[in-house]
Amino acid sequence: MNRTTEKGVEILFFCSAFISALLTLALFGFMLMLGLPLFAEGRFFSILTQPWAPHLGQFGIHPMIAGTLAISLLSMVFAFPLSLGCAILITVTSKGWVSRLLRKAVEMMTGIPTVIYGFVGIFLLVPLVREFFDAGSGMCVLTASLMLTLLVSPTMILFFCDSFERVPVAYGTAVLAVGGSEMQRFLHVTLPHSWPGILIGFTLSLGRALGDTLIALMIAGNAVQAPGSLLDSARTLTAHIALVFAADFESLEFKAIFACGIVLYLLTTLLVMAVRLLSGRKERWTR
Amino acid sequence: MKTKSTVVCAVALLILIFGSGAFASALDAFKGEKGEIRIAGGTAHIPVMKEAADRIMGMSPDIQISIAGGGSGVGIKQAGEGLVDIGNSGRAPSDDEIRLHGLQVFKWAIDGVAIVVNPANPVRALSQDQLIAIFAGRIENWQEVGGGNQRINLYTRDEASGTCEVFWEKALNKGDIAPTANFIVSNGAMKGAISQDPYGIGYVSVGHIDESVAPVAFNGIEPSMQVVKEGKYPIARGLYSNTKGEPAGLVKKFIEYMFTDEGQQIVAEKGFIPVQ
Repeated sequence: MNRTTEKGVEILFFCSAFISALLTLALFGFMLMLGLPLFAEGRFFSILTQPWAPHLGQFGIHPMIAGTLAISLLSMVFAFPLSLGCAILITVTSKGWVSRLLRKAVEMMTGIPTVIYGFVGIFLLVPLVREFFDAGSGMCVLTASLMLTLLVSPTMILFFCDSFERVPVAYGTAVLAVGGSEMQRFLHVTLPHSWPGILIGFTLSLGRALGDTLIALMIAGNAVQAPGSLLDSARTLTAHIALVFAADFESLEFKAIFACGIVLYLLTTLLVMAVRLLSGRKERWTR
Repeated sequence: MKTKSTVVCAVALLILIFGSGAFASALDAFKGEKGEIRIAGGTAHIPVMKEAADRIMGMSPDIQISIAGGGSGVGIKQAGEGLVDIGNSGRAPSDDEIRLHGLQVFKWAIDGVAIVVNPANPVRALSQDQLIAIFAGRIENWQEVGGGNQRINLYTRDEASGTCEVFWEKALNKGDIAPTANFIVSNGAMKGAISQDPYGIGYVSVGHIDESVAPVAFNGIEPSMQVVKEGKYPIARGLYSNTKGEPAGLVKKFIEYMFTDEGQQIVAEKGFIPVQ
């Protein structure tokens, strides 16, 4: 009886895992299918290189690819050290109520909807950036990535904290026993052992930064040019899809957004794979 | 004393409710009706739709009217696919769209699209040539058009916007919009962006203008209600409501209400030009 139940549960879990994996693939297939007219007309590659000017018959999305990469990568540049520092503060350097309070605050931040961050961005950060740098409208790559940093950091911090705490206590005690300091314990034992957790946190946050629509839509300015500086207005692929989605179904504009979907999908997959690949190597070094 | 004033208030309120009910025959059509109307689309329409919906729902509490934005393109598309009962658009649907979805088109107001700047900006008039040059990115400093020595920040609307379409056709003469322009997703958000940015220039439906933004005369013509009404303001368009097929029941009554004296009065109150 017990054995059959176990077998049944196993099959059930396998099925759910299989279906989720299949859905991801099906999604890609679906986008390819809908984007097929573009491939058939041989327009797909011109779409990757042209500028976006619908009234001139150009539906290129390369400015949006550049915008997406600029905003999400820059936000990771801000968010990774910030999150690592916060996690160290919460789990290593501060003790007692300070650590608990910080942790609760971070946990609360994970629940704040994106649109709230967008609003705060428009009314606080955009005027600040505009007046401080005295260039452009304040709606730019920098503003959006700063706000995105705030959005992705809490999840990353919690992931980092958890992975620090999962390192067996005995390892750390051994370091202290031979006269090592708290910091040495962290740097030489905790950090190397929690590397996989750090990596998962980083990858998930990167995915979220790449896929986030609302913050870029609200405060990046949505200009259809590849950003030349951090203070230029830019449009992400996701914001582009949201903006063009309302266009006529039959129009080429609308068809071109399937190319956006495909590119976004591939971009996310590639970046995640790159992170995994790099990490695989790193793991071997530390072991 | 306090109870007395409360009583007076209550009586006044009752008179208001029943009094208006007695005189506003247009709303009588909704008495005892129940059901739901889903409206989406053009963002210029929203103030009028909200007021009309409030009055109707006040008359008959069993009627639920939901109003969403999305832009003219969304309005036409969602009405055509039956996702909403009424899809608003700030442009007439194209012949293709009408044929494809079997749309019925109702034009219940005329609206001007006004160029707006931040109130702190002294520029209050632009010629069409200046405007075209500004939006094409050839004029980049307010000094060149009589303002302070400040850069110009361009704001335009998304691809699905009816406001954008009429502005691009009639004000810019289908000229280029510089790729540096910021894209904003609704009339309300455009007003917000311009009121926040002292160096910005954008455009909103005349009905949305208030003290937070300053309208700019186009070729010497002020975008005021009166001027638009007289048909002298060149950047104008109709406001449309679209339904899939001939409207029936509650939806038909709602559209009819827009064309009654009271409906058209709401149109005028919200800063648009009645069609009747």
